Amino acid sequence: MLRGIRPAYLSGITKGTTPMRDTLLSVRDFSVVYDVDPPVAAVRNVSLDLQRGEILGLAGESGCGKTTLAYGVQRLLKAPAVITSGSVTFHDASGEDIDVNALDPDAMRRFRWDKVSMVFQGAMNSLNPVATIGAQLDDVFEVHRPGMTSAERRAAVVELLEIVKVGAQRYRSYPHELSGGMRQRVMIAMALALRPQLMVMDEPTTALDVLVQREILKQISALRHEFGFSVVFITHDLPLLLEISDRIAIMRDGRIVELATAERIWNDPQDAYTKTLLESFPRLTGEKGMVLR
Amino acid sequence: MTTLEFDAVTKVYSVRGAGHITALDDVSFTLTSGQTIGLVGQSGSGKSTIAKILTQLETPTSGEVRLDGQPIPRRGKGLRAYRQQLRMVFQDPFASLNPYHSIRYHIQRPLRLDKVVPKAQEDSEVRRLLERVRLDADSVIDRRPHELSGGQRQRVAIARALASRPKLLVADEPVSMLDVSIRLGILNLLADLQREEGLGVLYITHDLATARHFSDEILVLNQGRVVERGPADDVILRPQDPYTQALRAASPDPDHFFATTTGHHGGAA
Repeated sequence: MLRGIRPAYLSGITKGTTPMRDTLLSVRDFSVVYDVDPPVAAVRNVSLDLQRGEILGLAGESGCGKTTLAYGVQRLLKAPAVITSGSVTFHDASGEDIDVNALDPDAMRRFRWDKVSMVFQGAMNSLNPVATIGAQLDDVFEVHRPGMTSAERRAAVVELLEIVKVGAQRYRSYPHELSGGMRQRVMIAMALALRPQLMVMDEPTTALDVLVQREILKQISALRHEFGFSVVFITHDLPLLLEISDRIAIMRDGRIVELATAERIWNDPQDAYTKTLLESFPRLTGEKGMVLR
Repeated sequence: MTTLEFDAVTKVYSVRGAGHITALDDVSFTLTSGQTIGLVGQSGSGKSTIAKILTQLETPTSGEVRLDGQPIPRRGKGLRAYRQQLRMVFQDPFASLNPYHSIRYHIQRPLRLDKVVPKAQEDSEVRRLLERVRLDADSVIDRRPHELSGGQRQRVAIARALASRPKLLVADEPVSMLDVSIRLGILNLLADLQREEGLGVLYITHDLATARHFSDEILVLNQGRVVERGPADDVILRPQDPYTQALRAASPDPDHFFATTTGHHGGAA
């Protein structure tokens, strides 16, 4: 359990190659190529430090490499994707530094979900339609915590359903009996199950309407404060990202063109492309981003 | 001048085991040429039921829809003539174009079905329509949908909707599947076309920010009922109804957010 670890708010731009003290994940010179004809350089020489407890937003247009980067650092990519350069180091809460690229398949399987979990794009549709949500959450413990008795597993699943406010009475519900927002909460419960130090969320609220989206975001934020995990939040929805992220990395053509606090990105963007993105969305109450009518 | 009247429409669905569900409850509005009405509300508020009734995929339980004073014909040539006046642009440009067919085919088909131009002029008309939506006709006309970007595909869908020379356009979440950064381009295109062709547009969305900038008038729907209506800026900037206020509060608003926070971040509240 990670209670008590101080979230590193507003930790500023990280420069150079020396990881800061509170760094959770160090990515250095990371590149991914899709080995098709012609080869596509999807991620190019990316370096970044993710702080413990922070929400890092990863923004950019379709095809900019944001999903490839987030999947690549956990080695979730399949051929034809090839990691062509770079290192990923996970600074475990135990003090151990884990070289993610060097893990053998068994160690990799333990690393995933235990240290880093994932909420996938369209997560509402990634639940098994013919198993109850209780059974699906139970599976996580059965695989990763073989020492637990079935009574302990059941208690842990009930606790998770309460934490994400789905409620223990939904233990025997099937996914189709839940609303989209509820299913998304179940996915968050699943990601939270082993108390990982990092959660990667790929467009977790894109398919939800604004009221449900706001509820889910509040919950992610509250859980982050309670459990102290870091979040990498991937979306092309920059207005949303500006409100929920501590820092934002703007990606274009596989490169991070700017990485700064959300305030800096909003008030004082440095890169021309960041400025273009900021100009490109209609503002709810501001005057910029007007449709020319 | 074309006028579409949606007059006191109620739609009740009967659901096995669950009795009756009122999808629309006494909804009225009037859409005229050159005007944009924004229809906002969350999932299940009845937005899409309105679109289905307008295209006659569903019939109202009570109330009536009239085009220039005439009730919509239920079938046959009359219905086809009505649908030629009112065209749809759908949410998903990946699903609404047929992957087997070229862009040319997609736009030729309504031209032929509605006998818009003689066959000899079809090619030049297809090209004119593609240029109309700011696509380079030579480079896209013989391509298939998967060879185009999402934004280009949505432009093709708009060109197809314009082919029958409609008076009214129903745009159901036309930009929500597109990247935030290209949404404005598509909305600006729709606004240009509307001005130049005098189209009446019904813009259906759950996104308050684009609804505000794109619409003249906004109707807010909650559980099938219109809870608030008025000029776009009034409804979004000074909402009166609690439901509209809740939608507004839940929508990302960086201008407001950074004007009021004092450095504490990630609250999402």
